[in-house]
Amino acid sequence: MTTNNIERTELPEPRYEFGGDDHVFVELDEAMSFDANFKAMAITQGIADRNIEGMVEICPANASYMIRFDPDVIHPEELIETLKTISSEITFDELAWETRIIDVPVLFEDPWTHDTLMDFRENHQDPDRTDIEYSADLNGFDSVDEFIDAFVGAPHMVTMVGFVPGLPWCFQMVPKSEQMEVPKYVQPRTSTPSRAVGFGGAFSVIYPVEGAGGYQLYGRTPIEVLDVKQQLPDFEDSMVFPNPGDILRYRTCDRQEYDAIRKEVEAGTYEYTIESVEFSPEEFFESPHEYNKQLVEALA
Amino acid sequence: MIHVTDGGISTTVQDLGRQGHYHIGMPPSGAMDRTSHQIANALVGNDPDAATLEMTYKGASLEFEEDAVIALAGAAMGATVNDDAVPMYEAVRIEAGQELILEFTTEGARTYLAVAGGIDVEPVMESRSTYTLIGIGGYKGRTLESGDTLAVGEPSSNPEAAIGNVAPVEYRPNIAEKTEIRIVIGLCDYRLTDDSRAALCDVEWKVTPEANRVGYRLEGPELEFVEREQPFGAGTDPSNVTDIGYPIGSIQVPQKPIVLMQDAVTGGGYATVGTVISTDRNVLSQRRTHETITFDAVTIEEALEARTAAKTDLEAIRSHID
Repeated sequence: MTTNNIERTELPEPRYEFGGDDHVFVELDEAMSFDANFKAMAITQGIADRNIEGMVEICPANASYMIRFDPDVIHPEELIETLKTISSEITFDELAWETRIIDVPVLFEDPWTHDTLMDFRENHQDPDRTDIEYSADLNGFDSVDEFIDAFVGAPHMVTMVGFVPGLPWCFQMVPKSEQMEVPKYVQPRTSTPSRAVGFGGAFSVIYPVEGAGGYQLYGRTPIEVLDVKQQLPDFEDSMVFPNPGDILRYRTCDRQEYDAIRKEVEAGTYEYTIESVEFSPEEFFESPHEYNKQLVEALA
Repeated sequence: MIHVTDGGISTTVQDLGRQGHYHIGMPPSGAMDRTSHQIANALVGNDPDAATLEMTYKGASLEFEEDAVIALAGAAMGATVNDDAVPMYEAVRIEAGQELILEFTTEGARTYLAVAGGIDVEPVMESRSTYTLIGIGGYKGRTLESGDTLAVGEPSSNPEAAIGNVAPVEYRPNIAEKTEIRIVIGLCDYRLTDDSRAALCDVEWKVTPEANRVGYRLEGPELEFVEREQPFGAGTDPSNVTDIGYPIGSIQVPQKPIVLMQDAVTGGGYATVGTVISTDRNVLSQRRTHETITFDAVTIEEALEARTAAKTDLEAIRSHID
């Protein structure tokens, strides 16, 4: 049965685990959901706000979070107790937050990711077709075009940043029945073009730099997610562009537009199309399609 | 200035790492063997976080433009100046115009060269550590090559006073023989069958040629996963989990284990089953390709005791020098 709202997920008791003597890993759920992700964001924000002594890294993830700390300053057991207290204090239903909606043009079935994926056909789940043909079929679409329509048809929210600097994991903002899921490569590729747009599990990603990768490849964006030299105006504060909570509006672009944007990016002049929006999880859960439409209108 | 006449196999500028940016995918980088890095710094009178050269398997050759005081710590590595042997774990003077030639490590993988005043490169996000994947930090974000020139910082104290400093043998890390790596089992270890979880600490693991600053890929028996219906978002392979953050030292099991090191990928979708304790990440970073290691499961208290013991040894070296 298809539902038009986003069903709320009852989260299990969190699992607190030691990562050696200097990390704590907290799993909020084994499965991905907006509930788990928003809770991870809220708790890690709460931890950061409390300025607990000995914190080294506070890292929200898709449905979990991780802390790196100095055990000479805070005992791991004591840290876990503190985290449990913070978790019980977070009132997450009240949350609404400022975020950004960002225009991300994608040249689907571009020549560069095509060359790469053809080089790694041998161990692929479906050696005779491309990644996007395989994914379209697996998710019940009759054609690649229909699959692309669904991919760009609703925005994707950045739910985690990492792997390498600047890589966003994004979860599409649709009810579960409409969410796509694909397996990762059986054997990870040894190369992936920079700015490749891929999909694995239930997440879209943008690869910041050329390197290894295991997600199915669909296209390439002309815009950067990492600018080490911070030349582009939108990288003034950080060499990494995406933040958790950002909303990416993927859209198709043609080769001509792709090349034109690349020219501007390479000249260091390209300015991203970004609008600031207030995001209300309650309204989003209630009627995601209409809510998304409103969000996306900000970019028009 | 120090002129690099031979970069060695893989030599990078490293300090104690870049903190506070893991959540944007930025690993700490920094010295793989933090103990040896800190001993080398202590010998020449530097702060623990001063930048040293981390040399892997074979060292660099360096021509010193000015007088300098240097010390080597970590993996035993042949070193000469004017054909005279340079000892490990001792602060020695290099005179202007002399060339320090470093050879292959004879045991262990990584040797640290500290220069009084520290290697002076522009910090990136408050660290001088090199992270080669995106080319930041250190010298031009890469490994050293012949023709490079390194600046030396201003020593905080009189470097002459450091000459002759020695780290007593009993407090030096046992780099040659230590192959037992202590881990805390956990994270997503529930993914392994009981037999495989037991096997993790029962068998010998061989270090493969893919063992570098990002991670140590190990070769050993196949591990088996508990059968389950995969949770939404994880992906279909039994080794897949909904993408998580990876602790430094965590052991992930795409199939064969990979232990993440200082240039770690910060997160991903493979199950992690335990974490090498902070003290023994230094030990593991000295193991060479084709050597074997074993994992030894310890409690969190034992991990903390090991950390305190290592710190006590380092303090003993520092107070011996003072």
